[in-house]
Amino acid sequence: MARVVAVTGNEAGAEALRQVNPDVCAAYPITPQTDMMQRFAGFVSNGQVDTEMILVESEHSAMSACIGAAAGGGRVITATSSQGLALMWEMLFIAAGDRLPIVMPVVNRALSAPLNIHGDHSDAMGARDSGWIQLWSENAQEAYDNIIQAFRIAEHMDIRLPVMVCLDGFIISHSIERVEYLDDEVVREFVGEYRPMNPLLDVDNPKSYGPLILPDLYHEYKRAQHEVMGRVKGVVLEVASEFEKISGRRYGLFESYRLEDADLVMVILNSAAGTAKDVIDHYRDRGIKAGLLKPRLFRPFPYEEVAEALRNAKAVAVLDRADSFGAYGPLFVEITSATLHLDKRPFLINKIYGLGGRDFLPEHAGQVLEELKEIVETGRVKTIKEYIGVRE
Amino acid sequence: MSEPFWKRLTPGSVILEAGNAVEFKTGSWRAFRPVWKEENCIHCLFCWMFCPDMSVIVEDGKMKGFNYDYCKGCGICALECPGKKGKKAIEMQEEGK
Ligand code: SF4
Ligand code: SF4
Repeated sequence: MARVVAVTGNEAGAEALRQVNPDVCAAYPITPQTDMMQRFAGFVSNGQVDTEMILVESEHSAMSACIGAAAGGGRVITATSSQGLALMWEMLFIAAGDRLPIVMPVVNRALSAPLNIHGDHSDAMGARDSGWIQLWSENAQEAYDNIIQAFRIAEHMDIRLPVMVCLDGFIISHSIERVEYLDDEVVREFVGEYRPMNPLLDVDNPKSYGPLILPDLYHEYKRAQHEVMGRVKGVVLEVASEFEKISGRRYGLFESYRLEDADLVMVILNSAAGTAKDVIDHYRDRGIKAGLLKPRLFRPFPYEEVAEALRNAKAVAVLDRADSFGAYGPLFVEITSATLHLDKRPFLINKIYGLGGRDFLPEHAGQVLEELKEIVETGRVKTIKEYIGVRE
Repeated sequence: MSEPFWKRLTPGSVILEAGNAVEFKTGSWRAFRPVWKEENCIHCLFCWMFCPDMSVIVEDGKMKGFNYDYCKGCGICALECPGKKGKKAIEMQEEGK
């Protein structure tokens, strides 16, 4: 029987990892992730998991150890945030390029400078081109569910790629919510026995990882990596439908909320989507057709499906909790690319919100919807990109 | 049409064939070559031990010369060689001279 509990996002993440019982974990503390790995280390110390816990001196080393352990043939996890993810940057590309199915919760936090420990998406957005699959989670339940599904996606024999599961720092990682836990046996059966691919510890069949590949072949290896990413969407949906059978919870490539007939659409990732949904309900009550699209799979990005979902929208506001300085926000760029081929493209605006843990309030969502309404009425976009929630 | 070549690449560029470095003759990278002076050699095999490749040929416990197919000319053997009475048994000579 599933258990209903009141837990933080970090606690739910650690519980999912305990239930999966991976072979190796190498991690380094960083706020707001620390608490997740601390809880997991507790499971290791108490003998509740069989995991080999490797304590390292930095996140660069944590990811390096994960790469070694995954190449060795183990099911491997770590978790990080912010500067920690930034310090792993070099190794992220190696984990993906070596096709190692490491699973890593990323508790999203702002990047220095100025130093800030609170939630925004700058960390994971900075790693979006590293070749990792990225799943994003609105709340603790989704983080828990995504972590469990991440193993099946990463380890699928047609994929073999590392997966980041993103959840908002503090807002989700440290707030207590209602979460439904699956039974240990159900989770274990769902993720299944780990099947290594070309493990180094198969010493009867010696092999080499990480060779030098010069211009005669590098291009082809990257083409092969691009090909694999093309298969991810299908596997994500397949895993989601199997997960629905054990949990009753349905996941897709993104969530559509009152989107079908919506004229005014907000596209928003993670926890702020909850606030936006509330405001959308109020607009619907007033007869205004507002809706929301919340991406779940951000890498690879499901362009065709997103375009289809936005086909009937009149105006779309893409809200980014990360900035690309001197450019549009990272999510906005994807949505404009996705809608590029529609015969009738919606008006598109980009709002940067919530940096460094600044609250995303209902009035911010309202302000965005009012602007969309005005754009539809006047047929004119005044400013494409602007910050919201800035103190005057 | 047959499957493109890149679709047959091993995932993650893993090399499954053990010891295939032998096919890659790295000796062409060399700018200086080690030259063995047999008369100064005491067969201590420091050169064999220190060589980062496997380019020192040893037979029956004795130094026998170099395998130039793989020697990159790093000069470590020459540096480590104690030689006899202050005279090195390995000298680095510039290639093409
Ligand atoms: S290190 Fe010098 S002396 Fe010793 S075996 Fe090699 S060549 Fe001879
Ligand atoms: S020069 Fe370097 S590679 Fe060549 S034999 Fe001496 S130690 Fe080995």
